[in-house]
Amino acid sequence: MLEIKNLHARIAEDGTEILRGLNLSIAAGEVAAIMGPNGSGKSTLSYVLAGREDYEVTEGEVWYKGENILELDPAERAAKGLFLAFQYPVEIPGVATMQFLKTALNEQKKARGEAELTTPEFMRQVKQAAGELKINPDMLKRPLNVGFSGGEKKRAEILQMALLAPQLCLLDETDSGLDIDALKIVADGVNALRSPERAMVVITHYQRLLDYIVPDTVHVLYRGQVVQTGDKDLARELERNGYADLIEQHAA
Amino acid sequence: MSDHAEKNARPPATAAETSVFDSYDARIDALPGSSAVRRMRDRLMSELQDQRLPHRRMEAWHYTDLRTLLKAVPEAFGTGGEAKGVAPLVDGSNVLTVNNGEASVEGAPEGVSVSRFADRLNDESVVEFLAAQGPEDAVSRINGAFVSDGLVVDVAPGTVLDAPLEIQAVHSTGQAHTRFPVTIGKGAKGSIVERQCASGEGAAFTSSITDLTVGDDAEIDWIILQEQGDADTHLARVNLRLGANAKLMLYVVNAGGKLVRQEVRAVVEGEGSDFKLRGINLLGGESHTDVTMVLDHTVPSTTSTEVLRNVVFGKAHGVFQGQIRVAQAAQQTDAQMACNTLLLSDDADFSAKPELEIFADDVQCGHGATVADIDKNHLFYLMSRGIPAARARGMLVYAFLAEVVEELDDERLVPALESVIAEWLRANG
Ligand SMILES: Nc1ncnc2c1ncn2[C@@H]1O[C@H](COP(=O)(O)OP(=O)(O)OP(=O)(O)O)[C@@H](O)[C@H]1O
Ligand SMILES: [Mg+2]
Repeated sequence: MLEIKNLHARIAEDGTEILRGLNLSIAAGEVAAIMGPNGSGKSTLSYVLAGREDYEVTEGEVWYKGENILELDPAERAAKGLFLAFQYPVEIPGVATMQFLKTALNEQKKARGEAELTTPEFMRQVKQAAGELKINPDMLKRPLNVGFSGGEKKRAEILQMALLAPQLCLLDETDSGLDIDALKIVADGVNALRSPERAMVVITHYQRLLDYIVPDTVHVLYRGQVVQTGDKDLARELERNGYADLIEQHAA
Repeated sequence: MSDHAEKNARPPATAAETSVFDSYDARIDALPGSSAVRRMRDRLMSELQDQRLPHRRMEAWHYTDLRTLLKAVPEAFGTGGEAKGVAPLVDGSNVLTVNNGEASVEGAPEGVSVSRFADRLNDESVVEFLAAQGPEDAVSRINGAFVSDGLVVDVAPGTVLDAPLEIQAVHSTGQAHTRFPVTIGKGAKGSIVERQCASGEGAAFTSSITDLTVGDDAEIDWIILQEQGDADTHLARVNLRLGANAKLMLYVVNAGGKLVRQEVRAVVEGEGSDFKLRGINLLGGESHTDVTMVLDHTVPSTTSTEVLRNVVFGKAHGVFQGQIRVAQAAQQTDAQMACNTLLLSDDADFSAKPELEIFADDVQCGHGATVADIDKNHLFYLMSRGIPAARARGMLVYAFLAEVVEELDDERLVPALESVIAEWLRANG
């Protein structure tokens, strides 16, 4: 479903290279965990996949469902089923949450040539998804993410994901900022979306999340490259020993 | 160069000035009014001929050099046939119209009495009313010289307007000059919409003055929606006074015109009164739009806030000049002014000039101005959810205005204004 080949990307503004020849391949139905030290390029990878302009791809390819998506803008990628749950969701004053959700949903449907949702049907879906994620409906009356607590923002990201029903989900540290109960709720939400047609990339620092969302593969990112790939046991090993060995290896 | 030398060295009249002077000569005999009014019109025109159109060396016109910006003035009046009326902003409004500078008194609701300004021009008492307020008051000179009609509106004390009252000044092409003396009686409440709009294909040159006297305890939202055509020049002025404990929100929406000057001359002279100026400037193309306010607080314990939100696309240029003067007697005045601009192109530009003149010592006054572009993190976030760039940008522009839109007291006006903004963005964004 996703095939990343020799991806190089730099910060557009100052030319600093962050991703340096990254290779990664993820099959439909797969849940892949990405781990790696702070600053190794995990969020950058997720942004480059989503199409953020601040980064410039200088080399390499990204194939998604058989299409090289690097030429598409973020909205086009989203309409093709790519979704990024942000590490730091932004607050947007003046944009009503419900209006935003409805616009996003219907714009995606429009782009795919599907019928738009009626308001009652939309309301029903939001209510159901919010209920499952234990999101207080009053929160949805506020402007987008404005004044949401850290944990509420993460839950709202998963709510969006549930509504938009994407095919490739990138979750960037969705566990950070969540209390133990919320972690369980969010993990249940993510697990409910697991399906043979859907792939997930779960970026995290902690085994705790992977206890709930058990990955098929684990990849370690370091200095803009995938330096190690394994199964769920690799995550446990990293939890025990940290990245010291790895860093030493690469320093040598 | 001395004043005298400058006067002698006055450059030849511009094409626009010549058209203004010539059209006066051609028009004057057809204009209504007593002989005293005729003398006043002649005086205003000769002052204008002396001074010419205002230019950047006049302080009040520093950012809007009318002599340079105004390239041509159509000499005909109300041509292009009957102007097309427009649907009221809010369904069920009571609508009064002035069509191509000719008023009709039909349509007033209970508690509101209406007469034609053309009739008032036969009344001696109107003469001083037409005079200009100082040497830089070109808008009153032009309007006073040419005004053909308008509506005199009296809202009886205690009246509560349960639907908005909408006054439409519509015109096709050519010149149209209107005047609206309005008196709001004690304790009256409601929303009044003033539409300034064009339906013609060609260029228009319009002026309009509203004189608004708000009685004690009255609570009024006065919304000016200016939607002149792409080639039109519109010169407007609101003279307003607030009585004791009166509340007035003057809400100016500029969404059209090529060259627009909207002046606000406000006198907060009733104790306990509150004045609000809200401005939404939607600017695009190569237009030039200027909102200039002079506000006097003359008595103790009054408040005012001014909030302008400007959205500037293309090569448009916007101006806000806000001068607040607090008299020595006006203790406990609280006056706050903010001017926020969203610049959406490299060639767009907005000049803000706040000015506070404070002679009382126990007051709270402040002002602030910001200029920004759309936040690209916000844009990315919306687009990452599948919202295409243009739509996402529109949502963010609206978000920038939302706070001010929601201040309208009549809930029916909020969606109406939202659709004006959405439509403008579709055409210009
Ligand atoms: N827009 C940017 N401007 C400047 N530096 C950036 C930018 N984006 C990323 N970087 C830098 O690139 C490196 C990789 O950042 P990135 O956010 O991808 O790391 P990460 O692996 O997600 O880290 P963390 O685990 O802390 O979230 C860091 O050194 C970061 O400071
Ligand atoms: Mg990160």
